[in-house]
Amino acid sequence: MVKIIYVEHNGARHEVNVPEGENLMEGAVQNNVPGIDGDCGGNAACATCHCYIPEAWQALTGERSELEDSMIELADTAMPNSRLACQIKASAALDGMEVHMPATQH
Amino acid sequence: MATQLKDTRITQSLPQGSVSWPLPPRVRPELPNHDKATLESYLASAPLDEVDIADPLWWETDTNHVYFRRLREEAPVFFTHVNSNRHRGFWNVTRWNDIMAVDTNHQVFSSEAMLGGITLFDMDPDFIMPMFIAMDPPKHDVQRKAVNPIVSGQNLASYEELIRSRTCEVLDSLPRGEAFDWVDKVSIELTSRMLATLFGWPQERRRMLTYWSDVSTSDPELPGNPGKEERQGILLGMLQEFTMLWNERVNSEPTGDLVSMLAHNPATRNMPPMEFMGNLVLLIVGGNDTTRNSISGGLYFLNKNPGEYAKLKANHGLVENMVSEIIRYQTPLAHMRRTALQDTVLGGQLIHKGDKVVMWYSSANRDDTVLDRPDEFIIDRARARQHMSFGFGIHRCVGNRLAELQLKILWEEILKRFDHIEVLEEPERVPSAFVRGYKSMMVRIPA
Ligand code: HEM
Ligand code: FES
Repeated sequence: MVKIIYVEHNGARHEVNVPEGENLMEGAVQNNVPGIDGDCGGNAACATCHCYIPEAWQALTGERSELEDSMIELADTAMPNSRLACQIKASAALDGMEVHMPATQH
Repeated sequence: MATQLKDTRITQSLPQGSVSWPLPPRVRPELPNHDKATLESYLASAPLDEVDIADPLWWETDTNHVYFRRLREEAPVFFTHVNSNRHRGFWNVTRWNDIMAVDTNHQVFSSEAMLGGITLFDMDPDFIMPMFIAMDPPKHDVQRKAVNPIVSGQNLASYEELIRSRTCEVLDSLPRGEAFDWVDKVSIELTSRMLATLFGWPQERRRMLTYWSDVSTSDPELPGNPGKEERQGILLGMLQEFTMLWNERVNSEPTGDLVSMLAHNPATRNMPPMEFMGNLVLLIVGGNDTTRNSISGGLYFLNKNPGEYAKLKANHGLVENMVSEIIRYQTPLAHMRRTALQDTVLGGQLIHKGDKVVMWYSSANRDDTVLDRPDEFIIDRARARQHMSFGFGIHRCVGNRLAELQLKILWEEILKRFDHIEVLEEPERVPSAFVRGYKSMMVRIPA
């Protein structure tokens, strides 16, 4: 299990154990963390799992794919550290990571 | 000279321009009658390549599901050549995963208007209004980003009160104890008021918005609809009216409506007029039929499934989940279409450059390899948001949150007022393979 801390836009924190290999959208949805919808089921095709990764963790979460990048760039709330949670897999290296959410998903 | 196409193995769209107006008559199977049962049993056993599923007949009668179930199982990516002298021939993509593959590959599958655009029947090449739904990146992205803030997040919240008050007005004016047409009195009335509100359009002329939206999606071939040239004239009239509104708004203080926002936003202020108009039209059309038919569909499904209606009455907290289920079950846009920019392989089939590729969302929403019991309407379905009705990828519906908000408010207000609304007979459906909807539906609210 990998400990991930989902932080809502209003600051509310949700500490969740995500099985290794599971993506972080599933990690949120299966634990009823509000603010991540996952409408496309994890295909980087809806951007309703948009989140921000703190700088210290960015290198460990890898790079955006081409499709992920196109989807993120269309969001009003896109930032340089934006990612789609469904494209990040939980691994031991991410234990203790915070994942921040935008005010609303679109 | 065009020769008659006899070869049933042809799996390539005819070139653009090979179909001319007026379209040649449609080939239809010879059947004793057009009863639902007869049509369904035909679709259940006819050779797959004998059927033209684009024929409005299968949509007006709501029988198309029988054919799509067979395609999903027997031939998930399948070419229709029957009547290709009308529609040039097209690929049917029917499974969830194959559609996802097309929708997320805009490099290969184009939405470009000049190639025919995003519906099974090509856009009228003599009358192309540029709008970002029918553009590829990079232009699509720039224009979408300009519209996005208007229908997302915080801005939506600011509309909520207005939408709620309009909804209450409409519901409070409904007759009790007598039959009336839900489509006209509620679905159209609400969507036209909402559109007028969103656009800052005069409320007393709200039905003009409905009219224009209907005309722009209407089939010029059907009796009673405006013909091709008349249609162009009507739409140009609409463009003119919106230009006047734009000119008014651009020179006054921001008023918070869509037109004013576009006129004052630095990113959109300098859009060429035709393009601005195209995008306005897109917002009017995009938000009109789709929401309207979800409003009608929801009530119809609840009546067909009394157990679900009872669940809802017992737990009003289910509204939000139900809204997603209604949108899935209705699938207000049955398909979106793309054009292949290069040869490619999809579901084991060779797609040629230039081929029309039709993603049948209405079929994907019934794909039981991905969804649990998809033929059933279940308002407390787990993960109800996972449906195809808004499409996926860069063109995914930009108005989805607005549509969901409108439906949520409507059902909250209905539940506050009416213990029951009874659908009296089968609704009359729209004869279209694109807009899945209802022309009329008679209902009664007990006195
Ligand atoms: C239940 C209601 C609705 C449904 C089912 C629906 C469906 C869709 C679908 C399937 C697409 C994808 C187009 C494609 O992939 O080619 C789309 C795009 C779009 N929709 Fe909706 N829509 C709905 C409501 C709305 C509303 C209320 C608006 C207006 C604010 C709207 C505006 C748009 C626009 C502007 C696009 C183009 C997006 C793009 O090309 O990037 N829609 N819609
Ligand atoms: S779940 Fe759709 S993009 Fe992540």
